[in-house]
Amino acid sequence: MSDPISQRQIAVEIDSATKIFESETSSVTALDNVSLKIRENEFFTLLGPSGCGKTTLLRLIAGFEHPTSGRIRLYQEDITFLPPYTRPVNTVFQNYALFPHMTVRQNVSFGLEMLKRPKGEIEKTVDEVLNLVRMEELGDRQTSDISGGQQQRVALARALAPKPKVLLLDESLSALDYKLRQDMQIELKRLQHETGITFVFVTHDQEEALTMSDRMAVINEGRVLQVGTPSEIYNFPTERFVAEFIGDSNFLEGQITEQNETHVRVQFSPASAVELPSGQTLLSAKKVTVAVRPEQATLTSATEQATLQGVVKSMVYFGTHTHYVVELDSGDEFTVHLQNIRGHELHYENGSRIGVMLDPAAMQILKD
Amino acid sequence: MSNSAAEVRSSNRGLHEHSEVARRKKEVRNNLLLCTPALIVLILAAAGPLLIVLIYTFLKAGPYGGVIWEWSWDGWFQVFLKKDIFDDTVSIADAHISIFWRSVKLSVQSTLTALILGFPTAYFIATRSPNTRNLWLFLITIPFWTNLLIRTFAIMQVIRDQGIINTLLINFGFIETPIEMLYTEFSIMLGMAYVYLPLMVLPLYASIEKLDFRLIEAAYDLYATRIFVLWRIIIPLVKPGIIAGSILVFIPSLGAYVTPRVLGGGKNLMLGNLIELQFGQGRNWPLGAALSITLLVIVMVSLLVYVQNLQRKSD
Amino acid sequence: MLVAKNRNREFSVRYLPGFSSMAILCFVLLYAPIVALVIYSFNSGTNIALWEGFSLQWYVVAWENELVQEVTFRSLIVASIASVTATTLATMAALGTTRTRNYRGQMVIYAVINQPLMVPEIVTGVALLIFFAIIKAATGYHGLTYLVAAHTAFCIPFAYMPIRARLEGMDGILETAAQDLYATPVQTLRRITLPLLWPGILAGLMLAFVISLDDVVITELVKSAGQDTLPTYMLGQLRRGITPEVNAISSALLGVSVLLVSIFFILRTR
Repeated sequence: MSDPISQRQIAVEIDSATKIFESETSSVTALDNVSLKIRENEFFTLLGPSGCGKTTLLRLIAGFEHPTSGRIRLYQEDITFLPPYTRPVNTVFQNYALFPHMTVRQNVSFGLEMLKRPKGEIEKTVDEVLNLVRMEELGDRQTSDISGGQQQRVALARALAPKPKVLLLDESLSALDYKLRQDMQIELKRLQHETGITFVFVTHDQEEALTMSDRMAVINEGRVLQVGTPSEIYNFPTERFVAEFIGDSNFLEGQITEQNETHVRVQFSPASAVELPSGQTLLSAKKVTVAVRPEQATLTSATEQATLQGVVKSMVYFGTHTHYVVELDSGDEFTVHLQNIRGHELHYENGSRIGVMLDPAAMQILKD
Repeated sequence: MSNSAAEVRSSNRGLHEHSEVARRKKEVRNNLLLCTPALIVLILAAAGPLLIVLIYTFLKAGPYGGVIWEWSWDGWFQVFLKKDIFDDTVSIADAHISIFWRSVKLSVQSTLTALILGFPTAYFIATRSPNTRNLWLFLITIPFWTNLLIRTFAIMQVIRDQGIINTLLINFGFIETPIEMLYTEFSIMLGMAYVYLPLMVLPLYASIEKLDFRLIEAAYDLYATRIFVLWRIIIPLVKPGIIAGSILVFIPSLGAYVTPRVLGGGKNLMLGNLIELQFGQGRNWPLGAALSITLLVIVMVSLLVYVQNLQRKSD
Repeated sequence: MLVAKNRNREFSVRYLPGFSSMAILCFVLLYAPIVALVIYSFNSGTNIALWEGFSLQWYVVAWENELVQEVTFRSLIVASIASVTATTLATMAALGTTRTRNYRGQMVIYAVINQPLMVPEIVTGVALLIFFAIIKAATGYHGLTYLVAAHTAFCIPFAYMPIRARLEGMDGILETAAQDLYATPVQTLRRITLPLLWPGILAGLMLAFVISLDDVVITELVKSAGQDTLPTYMLGQLRRGITPEVNAISSALLGVSVLLVSIFFILRTR
């Protein structure tokens, strides 16, 4: 980790890209003024629900689509309207798109052949890449004769063989079952580390995004909502959608009653208020929403010491945690996950009066 | 700052719109270019000449075939009417009328025959297991791709006086003299039903195969009998297939040429033979052309019904 | 006991009384005449109704008949040129009409391509007879080209059907993947599209060949004097009734058609 990501060169730059799909009857805005900078040798994830525009963004980088407006740059070079076969960018497709009339080897060597590399070099590279994905034994197999996980590896090998500057992965793991998927997640990280290639990974699976990415962008309805490292995104979501889409969150409505250099005071009700460090944002709005992760709050039967008060509404045991839903006096529900530590189990009965204790450092004021 | 950014974007957008429209135009042009050779051949050697036929219906017949380039209604006139050579009195061309009538009658009969035979067959195929289904379908289609003339020959040998049926019946003592079947209207009807049967089975199969058997289960659950299920559930549901198959058999039957010629023995002409006659011995090309256009119109109307039926099915 | 016995047979929603027997009867009716024709082509007697013993003599007679040789050769020439040309044109047309954004004029193209399937053969035949008569009068050329052109035209929709079906069933993502791997559009066509389309093209070729080989009506009307093909020759022979020789030729032609159509089916299911 001698070179922090922020100091690396920018590999891919999306500069205010907008993509509108127009047909005779309708026009759909798939991407709305998206700007992103993806750095060299970074594992960058585009995370969002299906139909959010993340795949369109990937297709713009690959060259399968051209933006309606905006620019795409690869190492400062404008590639916006270049056809896909001239871009040093390769894709691992969602359903692999292996050529069914070719063997594994022929699939992997296809790109190199198209680039008119010398025969000996092609052979050598294909061997290397097949080794890299641990498929050296199956080179002469027909692509229909191998398992889904193996097909996935071949698709990876095929895209890696031409040594692209950027590798695009389009929901590449979603067709695999859970166990295989976990193996492939580790495998992908290893490959990225060994090849030093910039990976742009598209997924709708927040857990996958959190575990694999160096940085990630959360996309919804064609807009990039937040870009950051997984822990930044998880701990400091700036928007309600981000806080909801990644992990669970409680949302509290409040009013800013006091604001100075160091603190912001948010009043939830006449009786309850918190003081948050004001470093994160300078707010102009009086009404705000504050997000609290369920595992960042605790419960206490000493209700008078707590920020919020309510009644235990339900309790579900999950092994490592117990999930409590508290009905606050304001009428809102608040979820708390309490860790179960042997010898220190806490237990609160349904219907009992309870206080919710909040840690100001673990609370996040959201943008509206 | 924001001003210049907007500028860049708008110029960028203009450039792109240009390239997108140009790209789409180029794609269409390439597509048209790819289709052109096929279209040229088809227009020269299939579609285009139909227009000439239409023109020929309004010309005067040449004495030894061909036409004289003079305007005349004779071709159309002669389709249903005839003029006495001696006194110019006009009367109905009953020979033509009877040929039209025979063509329609035999086509309807052969369609019904094919339907009665084809429906159970299509149902049978559609209810086989998916593996064997293709084999049965293959068996139905094979005869269709073999020579129509040969299949007509085959039927001819079965039904002629010394054919298999009559020989068997005489040998077993059921009859003493052979039943005359060949060279009758019946033989034409049978022949057409035989040669066009696959055209009935395939669309029927297609709609029976899509039949939702849960509906039939529901009907049986509600105490329906087999006959009731067939008449009130299955047949209404596969009606589009029945219509499609019927039209697909009716159209080629109406324009049939080989089957009536071989099995009709020159006595029982149908429309196709009448048309051919005008370009052969009849030497009346305008009449032949008018008859052709008449046949074409009937077929096109039937096809229109077929297409509308298809569209309703897809709705 | 009786009830129990009946219960042995599981109730089937798909069962309808008499349908299976009717279907089997239908298959028998469909094949019996053809099988009879083939069997009798091996009859040694001159009477085609009376079985007098196995013999290949009628095949020999047909084989040695110079006229039969001539018309067979002509049929094969016409069918070969027409089917290869039609398949080439149909492949191009299929690439130009399938998996593209809808464009204006596409419906007209479909209509023109499928036109030979919709217009009765006798009408097409008459139209070509008239049209070619004009050209023949103008140019004085009476060669085989007319027949080849007519056959090519009506073979196009038959070749087009399986090619188009194959193309539609093909995943466009494969071509996208090829382009992603640096294949230009031409390379993509050569290395990906055409190899994957190949079974469809072959199937189209088979169908076109069979259709051309079997055509009677249009050939009968378009051919110039002395340009009989095998089917029109056989139709002409009919005046003398069906001879065992015609039976033998029919069986041979039948064999060729069945073989080609079987190959077509195998290709289609692959």
